[in-house]
Amino acid sequence: MKMLSLLHFDVLPLAKLEVGHHFYWHLGGLKLHGQVFLTSWVVIGLLLVASLLATRNPQRVPQGLQNLMEYVFEFIRDIAKAQLGEKEYRAWLPFVGTLFLFIFVSNWSGALLPWRVIEIPGGELAAPTGDINTTVALALLTSLAYFYAGFKKRGLGYFAKYVEPTPILLPIAILEDFTKPLSLSFRLFGNILADELVVAVLVLLVPLFIPLPVMMLGLFTSAIQALVFATLAAAYIHEALEGHGEEEAH
Amino acid sequence: MDPLVAAASVIGAGLAVGLGAIGPGVGQGTASGQAVAGIARQPEAEGKIRATLLLTLAFMESLTIYGLVIALVLLFANPFA
Repeated sequence: MKMLSLLHFDVLPLAKLEVGHHFYWHLGGLKLHGQVFLTSWVVIGLLLVASLLATRNPQRVPQGLQNLMEYVFEFIRDIAKAQLGEKEYRAWLPFVGTLFLFIFVSNWSGALLPWRVIEIPGGELAAPTGDINTTVALALLTSLAYFYAGFKKRGLGYFAKYVEPTPILLPIAILEDFTKPLSLSFRLFGNILADELVVAVLVLLVPLFIPLPVMMLGLFTSAIQALVFATLAAAYIHEALEGHGEEEAH
Repeated sequence: MDPLVAAASVIGAGLAVGLGAIGPGVGQGTASGQAVAGIARQPEAEGKIRATLLLTLAFMESLTIYGLVIALVLLFANPFA
């Protein structure tokens, strides 16, 4: 596939805009986007170090990092509890929490860490969620998770939800299983890439100070997108657990 | 790239974002207006209303983002080039 390098300006040494250029790693017959792996590993490392440091020496009265991580944990628990309900949320808390934390730290790392200072051959380092491969992987994991949840809870009766209100809606119910990961991945990818593009275009025009408000807006929307992804994943899992017919109050 | 394909792609990209912004724009305006009305009627529910509104706005915004993804594909990863 040929890339149209329409937006490849090099007006100022400060500001450069590259889309569709990647740092390829060749592994057997596969072509991997190296920069995504590098940034993902940094994000995973950050999360690991933070959680290890916070839990290394827990105090009865939390302070500093432990306090922050407890707050984060409670936030994630509230997301899961609000969507999945009091009874079911515990089993799915690690999944929803991992999604939220990875996406959130990835999104913010794209704006806060000075990735572009580090030179790599071809492409540039940016938020890992700004690459469609990452978001599709996360969305497919979510699909797998809700199918697993449905089968585990209700066995083959899970398929009843496809014909539950009326069999006329069967094609739409099947289509839904494809549109869910599609919309999840496109939403996250588009938002993050759009944020970075808008900031990059503004930096290209005015390198100093003017892009700052847009960067703040970018931080806000990327936090919201992480929340939306985690909330939707939890909501899909809840739907698979409950089915369409049996609505219950919780 | 064939100049005709290039021109059509650029016009298509512009239309994808521009037309895709109309519906969510109307929807976000309506939702925000209703939220303001809700807060005015019941100021103590402001926190809950705001949280729901932000989530809803993100959903509506994603509709435009789908158009944007199509525009980006047309510009940077054009399958017909």
